[in-house]
Amino acid sequence: MRASDGSGAPLTHTGRAWTFGDDIDTDLLAPGAYMKGPIEQLAPHCLEALDADFAHSVRPGDVLVAGDNLGIGSSREQAVHALKHLGIRVVLARSFGRIFYRNALNLGLPSLVCADLHAVRTGDELRVDMVSGVVENLSTARVHACEPIPPHLLEMVEDGGLLAHLEKRLRADKA
Amino acid sequence: MGATLAEKLIARAAGRETVRPGEIVTCRVDLAMMHDSGGPRRVQPMLERLGARVWDASKVVVVTDHYVPAVDAESAAILRLTRKWVAAAGIERFHDMQGICHIVLSEQGYVRPGMFAVGGDSHSSTAGAFGCLMIGIGATEMAGVLVSGEIWVRVPPTILVRWSGRLQHGVVAKDMMLALCARLGINGANYRVVEYAGSAVEALSMTERMVLTNMAAELGAKTGLIAPDAVTVAALTEAGVDQPDALDWRGDTDATYERVLDLAAGELSPQVAAPHSPENVAPVAAHAGVAIDQAYIGACTGAKLSDLRMAAEVLRGRKVAPGVRFLVAPASTRVTHQAAEDGTLATLTGAGAIVLPTGCGACAGFGAGVLAEDETCIASTARNYKGRMGAASARVYLGSPYTVAASAVRGRIGDPRELLG
Repeated sequence: MRASDGSGAPLTHTGRAWTFGDDIDTDLLAPGAYMKGPIEQLAPHCLEALDADFAHSVRPGDVLVAGDNLGIGSSREQAVHALKHLGIRVVLARSFGRIFYRNALNLGLPSLVCADLHAVRTGDELRVDMVSGVVENLSTARVHACEPIPPHLLEMVEDGGLLAHLEKRLRADKA
Repeated sequence: MGATLAEKLIARAAGRETVRPGEIVTCRVDLAMMHDSGGPRRVQPMLERLGARVWDASKVVVVTDHYVPAVDAESAAILRLTRKWVAAAGIERFHDMQGICHIVLSEQGYVRPGMFAVGGDSHSSTAGAFGCLMIGIGATEMAGVLVSGEIWVRVPPTILVRWSGRLQHGVVAKDMMLALCARLGINGANYRVVEYAGSAVEALSMTERMVLTNMAAELGAKTGLIAPDAVTVAALTEAGVDQPDALDWRGDTDATYERVLDLAAGELSPQVAAPHSPENVAPVAAHAGVAIDQAYIGACTGAKLSDLRMAAEVLRGRKVAPGVRFLVAPASTRVTHQAAEDGTLATLTGAGAIVLPTGCGACAGFGAGVLAEDETCIASTARNYKGRMGAASARVYLGSPYTVAASAVRGRIGDPRELLG
């Protein structure tokens, strides 16, 4: 099992699930009216049109679980940034909007495609292995097989995202 | 085995003879476009952290369109930061308040057949109408491109959508795309390229073709493409581009498509997407009679000169219904000027339209014309997600500029063909 050296995102994570349905678009995640300001101002409005409690109740280390098409719509990276700012550590979804998926990995928010998560309920304790793609529901003892993070992106996710990864590479080039 | 247009474009950018769907390759970027929202204000701190500079300023285009014109100190500060960064980075292709980025790229002749481009906006797929493979990306990904001039892509399979026959008068590219959103579903072309072909596509003007590639984003596609033809070459020539190999950029006859969808344009009626998804589509008759508070012609999808002319065709000699706000935000300053010169604007304002500044405007809730709680709007834009255009309870319907204008005249959603000669 690969583990983090502490600088980036560990490749296993255990956290509490927050479940949402299909078609969570970027306007719901990062409402346009709050896009002007810093993430501290935007994040409290993340998903408020669906669940006014979410941003106030989510705890650091929680896992977002969604259905099809998570993050469809805009390229705005704040959709990922807001979730990360609120403490979401891993995202699982049946399918993703492609720009959101890349943004998430680029920002060091591990995101896995999971075909079958309908049995997961908000509050369940999930243990996610990003290398193997195995998700254990510790609350129900079910095991879900998800698609692991693509091998060519694993190092970047492990580094904590594209910027940290580039920083490391630029340092290595200079050395 | 032959290659699709997308495979050829990616192979060239990757320096390869051929590529196959599923392969992961690194592409050299011919053009990187950013706007004021996702651009300099986001990438500047990242480049500073990396201690890096833009790899090639001549390949970068910056456009201000989201926060224009500034309405408060915050939006003014975003625009000021954008202008200062562009000057410091030595970027000459900077278009300040001249139009929506995707429209400006086409007007300036920046996107051309054979190119591989990235844009910090999901509707970057619009450039595919010119045979340029352009992918929408986020700000951190853009910072990576600005530093390296490269990006990795997984070679996408292509879905070929062939529209045969001929559209009826009053039925346009927007109706084709809404019908396709219903058929494939939102994100139904995820990770794929959608290529459009067939006699009904060949008959479209360049600006109408741009609606097809623009709304490939609503299908979740990596991008949309249309093989260049004489119409493309004429538009390039008008934009000052002479490209002898333009017509070479097309898929091989024995290319492999993941799926081929054959659709009949002649049977298509005006389509309307109901709240709150672009796939929630039915023929306009299904929503006829829905009362509206606002009609909106705007955005990269629906405010080009051809779109304004459609609206004017409906409004000539008519008035906007009492109690309805009819807002028109032209997609570029060039569009505004051309519409002023040819009388289109006078027809619109004579009917009671309110002309707004050019820019992304109310479409994404950034600019003027957003909606209050419980209001209903029909718009020529691409997206009607809950809360996008203002209050969360506002109801946004999507239609063609013809349908939007006809609904403005009636005060209720209606079929534009009844008002066209």
